[in-house]
Amino acid sequence: MPELMQFLLSGVTVGAVYALVALGFTIIYNASDVVNFAQGEFVMLGGMFTVFAFEAGLPLPLAALLAIIATAAIGVALNKLAIEPARGAPVVSLIIITIGASILIRGLTQIAFDKQLHRFPAFSGDAPIQIVGATMLPQSLWVIAGALAIFVGLWLFFTRTLTGRAVLATANNRIAAQLVGINTKYVMTLSFALSAAIGALAGVLVTPITLTGYDIGIALALKGFAAAMLGGMGNPKGALVGGLLLGVIEALTAGYLSSQYKDAAAFVIILAVLFAMPQGLFGRQSTDRV
Amino acid sequence: MLTVEGLRSRYGRIEVLHGIDLEIGSGEIVAVVGANGAGKTTLLRCLSGIQPVSGGSIHFRGEALTAVPAHRRLERGLAQSPEGRQIFTNLTVEENLRLGAYLFSDARVERDMEEGFALFPVLKEKRNLPAGGLSGGQQQMLAIVRTLMGRPACLLLDEPSMGLAPILVQQIFDVVKGLRALDVTVLLVEQNAFGALSIADRGYVMETGRITMTGPAAELIADERIREAYLGI
Ligand SMILES: Nc1ncnc2c1ncn2[C@@H]1O[C@H](COP(=O)(O)OP(=O)(O)O)[C@@H](O)[C@H]1O
Ligand SMILES: [Mg+2]
Repeated sequence: MPELMQFLLSGVTVGAVYALVALGFTIIYNASDVVNFAQGEFVMLGGMFTVFAFEAGLPLPLAALLAIIATAAIGVALNKLAIEPARGAPVVSLIIITIGASILIRGLTQIAFDKQLHRFPAFSGDAPIQIVGATMLPQSLWVIAGALAIFVGLWLFFTRTLTGRAVLATANNRIAAQLVGINTKYVMTLSFALSAAIGALAGVLVTPITLTGYDIGIALALKGFAAAMLGGMGNPKGALVGGLLLGVIEALTAGYLSSQYKDAAAFVIILAVLFAMPQGLFGRQSTDRV
Repeated sequence: MLTVEGLRSRYGRIEVLHGIDLEIGSGEIVAVVGANGAGKTTLLRCLSGIQPVSGGSIHFRGEALTAVPAHRRLERGLAQSPEGRQIFTNLTVEENLRLGAYLFSDARVERDMEEGFALFPVLKEKRNLPAGGLSGGQQQMLAIVRTLMGRPACLLLDEPSMGLAPILVQQIFDVVKGLRALDVTVLLVEQNAFGALSIADRGYVMETGRITMTGPAAELIADERIREAYLGI
């Protein structure tokens, strides 16, 4: 039994990161219908910027904050330089643009920094703690708590603030949003900034556990995308559940079968779910009526 | 209040508005009638800024509008209730109305919402339900009240009676007529020419991207050609 607990805890930790990446996909998808495959690069940048700011002598919290802000700025630049000018192009073209951007970001990171793996110290040390019979790194708690805080904060933003509702309105009906006075271009910029900042924060939280390097973004983007599809693209709740499920499935497969099978098992289960529920677990049920 | 001169617009390479001239005075209700495909919706979309203009000019309260982006036209007092309602289906009735007043955050928002509920009490009953679940008529009511929440000086209404049962059509037209008392100028676009002209002061007849006739609404209703072509009498 302690074994199961151990697998579940590590699954939830990894799943929390997937959930944050999936959430980034969701926010941009809702605002623009674009699936942003540079989402994994935001996680990588969050970690990398923190590493180098920290090694340059800044205190860790400040380094992390700067990293998040810098990554958000890169998200904005991605929208302004690559997505906005191509507005009106088919969504597939926009998605290909994001793939191109992710390759560019990886290349630049490799040149600007290096090809090594890096880490910075865990926030609360590396001494494992005992939880319900399993051992856990304190940093795992940071990851889980951080992810929860982001989901709650975002939920409050979307349901309690007029700006948050403006984002939802733009996602729901762009033309109507313009007609009530919402600057939908600004909403898109905001969505890219938000997604990038969330990705960067995920990178900051998880780097002490998983390390970071210029090419960690690809795998994360794929996992986050899979989690978003599993939960239902466009639904934040789906991103959370999809991410956690994916993490737990992977951890259980790796624990009880072999870590070689963990990706395969996860994708088989996702395909099975999507076969039965093409919209994902929490997919949009269309309530439109004409 | 609203002056349109030589307005042209196109979808790709196909021009569908070939130079529209139109004038609306403050406090008027003006109807634009015409068959399906005449270009009425395109005209309103140009006025609200969600459709690019390829020639001509739009002036609103003396100010050129052509270069003003869509989301800044409402703050100047020009609002559109679009064809097909275009409500926020995933949001509740109340959230739709709150977003209608997106530009404002004063105490009047609450009052305006109550006034909207007074116009269409059924909306109040359903205020916490997703707007996508409303019937077609209720969605139209919501679309109109949402537009009024933006405190427009001039309201562009696109086919508010489309697809509605006759009793609802009457109710909607009554509300539109009542806007006069609220000091709202109205440009009403309709295929239902008779209904629109009955509540309008003046009217324009539109055919394949051109204005072919204009005059006081009462004269248009009495005109033989119009009776034949649009009123089915
Ligand atoms: N999105 C569009 N793309 C291409 N052509 C369009 C589009 N919308 C309308 N049209 C064409 O423009 C003309 C005018 O349409 P519209 O303004 O919708 O007329 P109305 O509102 O009077 O029915 C029609 O010939 C229609 O086929
Ligand atoms: Mg039309």
